[in-house]
Amino acid sequence: MKISNLHRFVQIAVTASVVSGVASIANAQDNDSLVLNGEIEMVTRTAAPAYIDGLDEVISGWHFRSDETQALQMDDFDNSGMLGVDAGQEAWDTVQGPEQKSCASCHGDVSSMEGVRTVMPKYNEEAADLWTLEDYINNCRTERQNVEAWGYTSGPMTNMAALIAVQSRGMPMNVAIDGPAAPFWEQGREMYYTRTGVLELSCASCHEQSAGLHIRADHLSQGQINGFPAYRLKNAKLNGIHARFKGCVRDTKAETYKPGGPEFHALELYVASRGNGLSVEGPSVRN
Amino acid sequence: MASGVKPRVKVPKTAAAGEVITIKTLISHKMESGQRKDSDGNIIPQSIINTFTCDFNGQNVINVELHGAISTNPYFQFEATVPESGEFTFTWQDDDGSTYTDSKSIAVS
Amino acid sequence: MNFTRRDALVIGAGAVTAAMLPIKAFASLADDAEAAFTGGAATSDGGIELTAPEIAENGNTVPVGVSAPGAVSIIIIAAGNPNPDVCTFNFGPLAGSQSASTRMRLSGTQDVVAIAKMADGSFVRAASTVKVTIGGCGG
Repeated sequence: MKISNLHRFVQIAVTASVVSGVASIANAQDNDSLVLNGEIEMVTRTAAPAYIDGLDEVISGWHFRSDETQALQMDDFDNSGMLGVDAGQEAWDTVQGPEQKSCASCHGDVSSMEGVRTVMPKYNEEAADLWTLEDYINNCRTERQNVEAWGYTSGPMTNMAALIAVQSRGMPMNVAIDGPAAPFWEQGREMYYTRTGVLELSCASCHEQSAGLHIRADHLSQGQINGFPAYRLKNAKLNGIHARFKGCVRDTKAETYKPGGPEFHALELYVASRGNGLSVEGPSVRN
Repeated sequence: MASGVKPRVKVPKTAAAGEVITIKTLISHKMESGQRKDSDGNIIPQSIINTFTCDFNGQNVINVELHGAISTNPYFQFEATVPESGEFTFTWQDDDGSTYTDSKSIAVS
Repeated sequence: MNFTRRDALVIGAGAVTAAMLPIKAFASLADDAEAAFTGGAATSDGGIELTAPEIAENGNTVPVGVSAPGAVSIIIIAAGNPNPDVCTFNFGPLAGSQSASTRMRLSGTQDVVAIAKMADGSFVRAASTVKVTIGGCGG
């Protein structure tokens, strides 16, 4: 489709003005520290991994939120996302299906999931594919418990993902990007930097080049996912990674992808790798 | 009864006699405000938790009247005086007639 | 139909006035809510603290706190909401303090009002303007 020079000029001007936006109280990310429940010290800022050129420091989304929102995550009884964790715990203990097994029947106490969130998504040798936490959960349900898979972005799935994230809170994200994971990582990286849609924005346009600036009234973060599932004030519920990706792409007026599909699998690996070193925060509280 | 409504309450396990403690309560509830419309343009009727009460050993600590402007998953933080060992009981009442309860014991040293 | 510039200005001014009406309507609902609590009695300032953010990150979940030592009950009113009632805290004999916090929904930038009924039957009032923003791309 041919775009006239004038149209393209307007497009770029609109994009530039929208993105540079109102740099209000400067782009100040604060220097607060996140100590959860007064006990668990979270790493919310750290040196960017070597393979990320565009950032010197990686910063958790927590820092980009208002003081009031930050406070909501600091105590497990202020954090409404913990309601989802409670529901996930109930599901963990619920015996079901023809095998009459609960998650606990095989995995024991959920604390056995310690460390799992930090390496997701990862390459699964047997399946010869990149698997997310949701894939592992559904695989257990369909192959071992013999029950129906949960919808990829459904409430029960997101609750379970939050429960498992809690077991790794405070531990640094550490996804592998080499070996069999490499092709998926490359695909994700290309997606991250490719401009798409009516506004011709890539993930990097906002989350790398403009992190810290305001887009209208939103304080742009680096788009890290170490805090997912995230309890969003906007919809007052837990949101999973692919659900957020889908909304983000749609909001840039591009055709978005299917949660659970191959594009978002690759993107999740790449985006997770951009946050390697940040502590698992799930469930976090965001706007 | 609205489904999946679960409380989550924080009460310290122990206190000194007469101490003032902080209590935090959360309950998972949609709090349908009565302001939203469905896809046909009809108002979705209000369906909220309308009352929350906290008592201790039969005496009242606090009673809250809620309206549709209380956010989904109603949260309350307040303080209670603990005269002796005993049990806090928490009660939420739903527009649909259901009652949800929780309780937490506290030991006074 | 041909509009002169003068016509357009008049029509425009009318449209602006019309747009302002709903806010005025809610404002009187808020007055009603206040009157229902106070019985029409006068309120004075001081003795009550209202804690709310200056800018709410999201209107769906706005943390708010009230404190009025010696109060029997405290009402929170969102003056600009279609239904201004938010909640009323009634303190019992074992309340450790006459203070409480919760989270509320605000439909737009508006005044949030807290009124405490004191033990002697008097009323004290505090108000705070909370800015509620429309996000940039949070969807």
